[in-house]
This record gives sequence, structure tokens and C-alpha cells, in this order.
Amino acid sequence: MANAETASADATPILELQGIGKEFGAIRALHDVDLQVRPGEVIGLMGDNGAGKSTLVKIIAGNFRPTHGEIRFGGNAVHFNRPIDARAVGIEVVYQDLALADNLTAAANVFLGRELKRKFGPIALLDHKAMASRALELFGELRSETRPDDLVKQMSGGQRQAVAIARTRLSNARLVMMDEPTAAISVRQVEQVLGLIHRLKEQGVAVMLISHRMPDVFAVCDRVVVMRRGEKRADKPIHQTSPEEVTALITGAKEAA
Amino acid sequence: MAMPLESPITFSNVGKSKWWQRGIFASQTGYVLLALAVLLVIMHFASPYFFTEGNMQNVAKNFSFVAIATLGVTFVIITGGIDLSVGSMMCFSAIITSMVMTELSTPGGFGASLFVHMAADGKTVVANIPGLILLVSVLAGLLVALLVGLVNGFCIAMLGLSPFVTTLGMLSIVRGLCYVVTNGRGSFPGGPDADYFYALTSGDVFGLPVPFIYLVILALTMAVVLHHTSFGRHVFALGGNEKAAELTGIPVVRVKIEVYVICALAAGLQGIIISGWLGSAPANMATSYELNVIAAAVIGGANLAGGIGGPLGAIVGCVLLEVIRNGLVLAQVSSYWQQALVGVIIILAVLVDRIRSRMI
Repeated sequence: MANAETASADATPILELQGIGKEFGAIRALHDVDLQVRPGEVIGLMGDNGAGKSTLVKIIAGNFRPTHGEIRFGGNAVHFNRPIDARAVGIEVVYQDLALADNLTAAANVFLGRELKRKFGPIALLDHKAMASRALELFGELRSETRPDDLVKQMSGGQRQAVAIARTRLSNARLVMMDEPTAAISVRQVEQVLGLIHRLKEQGVAVMLISHRMPDVFAVCDRVVVMRRGEKRADKPIHQTSPEEVTALITGAKEAA
Repeated sequence: MAMPLESPITFSNVGKSKWWQRGIFASQTGYVLLALAVLLVIMHFASPYFFTEGNMQNVAKNFSFVAIATLGVTFVIITGGIDLSVGSMMCFSAIITSMVMTELSTPGGFGASLFVHMAADGKTVVANIPGLILLVSVLAGLLVALLVGLVNGFCIAMLGLSPFVTTLGMLSIVRGLCYVVTNGRGSFPGGPDADYFYALTSGDVFGLPVPFIYLVILALTMAVVLHHTSFGRHVFALGGNEKAAELTGIPVVRVKIEVYVICALAAGLQGIIISGWLGSAPANMATSYELNVIAAAVIGGANLAGGIGGPLGAIVGCVLLEVIRNGLVLAQVSSYWQQALVGVIIILAVLVDRIRSRMI
């Protein structure tokens, strides 16, 4: 993975966080977080529950506004009021609960909110065929045995994951954040998800992987960022650290690196 | 970490589900449709009068009198909401329509000079443009429905009030307004356009009751809107997972307001049609109809938890209730039993669906 890290090291960052802080009343969820993500870079964001990972992701995704600090995306300062604002500039999130509508088909979920339509005079009707074939293509790229016309409620955890990831492939996202994408799926599908992360990387998409699974992070990431008690405790190229060190940083056995 | 991405995907471990486990056959609507068919056969043997042309027309007319409003409330139920104000809404639109029609047809009434003049005999009122009064008064009735729907939608989508409480309040507010504007008395569609009004609300075309024709047109339109437009897809998504709908950028607030407006308009249209059949719009018209309408929708397979429902189910529910009512009358069973039986059917329909979904 070392060559990938050097390849992207000189590129200008797609995402830059400067001094990001977030307080919920008296609770300080995040404090003075700086972070840079370059195109084609895969960052592992690690930390125990309550370390501030989710808050950081939600700030980048536009769910929360930071109390302090500045976000720059593609070189410009950005202020997101809603998730749509973040999506508009090219930030996609695969949520842990996947944000799928169970009562709709896989294809319908992939295209939710950006349906393909065909015009019949003044009326625009859904183009079911085009959406199903595009969704099948995306599932094919993911090597997922998912049929576009199946209802999501009948699907396995891995298939649901594929649907959620296929959604981010639809837009030309420049940063994809994945919240525990490999937590609840089969070993084989973990390989598939990691394969997809590589494909995103090849296309110059930056990926932020939020995960508890050390092997996945070390298999796919260029850099690992460790959060603890709302602060960034480590930010190292993956080949300069080890699972043991990261574990120590997460638990607090080692304060910073 | 290279993946063999080029080889074609195969579905080795996922079988295609059987045809009877998919689509309508696996839905509550399908089961209730089957129950309806069985019931029709039973009725055929139980009463020689059931399948007569007159009785069929009667049945078709009667279920059409609630089915249009049921289509509207089905939209709301699919999003996971509820609208209890439909009964009051039917009455209010009917009252406004007949009051406007009467007012515009009375020489000396507000704005009437634009629409009518006296015939040479000094007694008969003649419309300046035949049908215009009817058009204006029906639009007035639908306009008030639109306003009430907007208020419902605003309170629920923008202020975040519970749909149950908001529309329960609206049930009372609108019913109160019905009594206020009429002073407790009934109002009657009158004037030179009244004949058109009756023809368009309770007449027949080629032996088919007019309300039934409206119902079929609206149901087909609804099917297209629900399954072939992005609005329909968003309605389902909202009922399936509101949070997901919001995260994927669906205009949740707008869609919610729209379904309550659609529901109110359907109820308003239904009320106007009923008043044409009754020949009047009393202030207590359609009291507690909201329960029939919601019962029909639920029996037909709309899920109050949201995400499931459709026009076929709405109509099947209405037909089933009407056939039972009609059957009890033909079988000379006391009509007091009817209401109890409707309750049993609501619970049975939901129970069968629950048992079925556990079996699979």
C-alpha cells in the first residue's frame, strides 16, 4: 500500500478540516480536529464508542454544524446546513443503518431521490427499465448477487449493503464516507466491499472508512486516524503503525502517536 | 486485493421466489380480493336478487360513495399518516358547493348578476352561461377542501404535530364550521344548474352510475401516479423509512403536505357527489364516515404503519363492506348487526395478513 500513499501525498487535499469542534450543551463531543484527505486516499477512522467518530462524520456530511472551525472542500470553504448541501458538492455517506426503504425494490432504493424519468409530453414517468439495468450494472461491479427488482426487506445484510453502496456510485462523489460497512456482512461480502473501496480509490475518489474491524482497516487504508475523547490522537500512514499500536491508541493505553 | 470483476454475476444461492409469493398474490389486497370473490358466490346462492342489474347498480353506486375518499386517505396512510377529518371535509365541501350554487342563482344574491338574469316572465331564473354556476360552485367546494388540506399538511409536516391529533382537531373544527355557515340548517343545491348537478353526481351513463365512472378514472390515475412517477415513489419511501427518505434528499415536507391536500380534495369531491345523490347537504352529513373510509382502506390492505397500499386495495375494501351491507339487507338480517360485522372483518383481514407473513 506504500506506493499508493506516496502517489497521493503531493495532491491537494479534497477535504480539509481546521480546528473543528462541536459542543452539545455542556458536552464537548469534538475538540480542535484537523484533518486532510486527498483524492484517491483511503482513510481509516477509528476510535471506541463515544470517541467522536460519528459526530465528525455527521459534521462533514452536513447533519450537524460545527461549533468551531472551518471545513474546506475542493479548496473552498463550505457551510452545510443540510445533508443535501454536502451531497451537492460531492460528499456521499453510506450510513450504518443504510437508510433504505424496506418496502421498495433494490433499484428504487438506489435511485431514491434521483429517479430516472422519461417525458411523455408534460408528464414525466419513471423509467423502470433504465433504472433496473443501471442498478444491475452497479450490483455487478460490486459482485453482489442482488436483483434490482427484489424488495429490500427480503434481502440479506450484504445485499442491503450493496444497495447502499451502489447509491453512492450513482453520483460522481469525490468523498465517500462509510460507517461500519463491514460490520454485519459475510466474510465473502467483506472482501467485496473492500474491493469496491479499491475501485473508488482507483477512480480518484477519497474514502473515509469508519470501522472497528482492524483487519479491514489494515487491508484497505492508506492512513489511519484514531479518535479518543473527541480529539484526534493519531494520524499515521498505515505502514508506519501496527494493529497493536492502534488498539493501544483507541483504548488510551498509549496517549498519542 | 484484486477482485475478479469481469466474470458475469450468477445467482447461485438466491432462488427466485414463487409467483404466489410475489406481488398481489402475497399481499393482503390479494387475500381480501379472494374473500370477496367467495362472498360474491355465496351471495349468488343465498339471494336470487343479488346479481340482478338493479342491485348491482345499487352496490356500484353505494361503494363509489365512499371509495373516492378512500383513494385519498390511502395516499395519507401509505406515508404512515392518518386523516380523521375526511367525514367533516365531505360535508363542508358539499355545503359550500350548494350554498355558492344557491347564492349565485338567486337574483340579488352576491355576484349573482354576473351569472343569472330573469326570464321575460319575471319568475324563471335563467343562467347566462349554462353550467358556469355549477363549475364555479364545485370549484369553491374544492377550494375549501384544498385550504383545509393545506392546514393539515402544514401542521403535520412543518410544525411536526402528530397526524392523529391534528386531523382529530380538524374533524371537530370543520364539522363546527359546517354548523356555523349553515346555522345548523341544511343547504340545498338549487338554481338553473341544479339539473346538471344532479346528472353529474347521481346520474347514469350507459347504465353505469356516474360516481362509479369517476372512481374508475381516479383509481387508474392514482395507480399511475403511485407506481410510475417520482412523487408516488417518494410517497412509498416516506412510509417505508422517513429518515432514509430525508437523507436521500426527498422533499419530505412537500410530499407530506401534498398527500394531505390530495386526501382533502378527494374527500371534498366525494362530499359534493354525495350531496347530489341526497339532494341536499345537511350539516350532519357524512358524520363518522372517516371510520368507514379508514376501515375500507385497512381491509383492502393499506398498512397503518405506512409503506403499503394502493387504489385496488381501497376499492376492494369498499366493495367488500358494501357487499356485506347489501347482503345482510337481502338476507333480512337486522341492519344493527352490520356495524359489528364490519369491525370483525377489519380485525380478520389484518389477522390473516399477520398469520400469512409469519408463515413465510
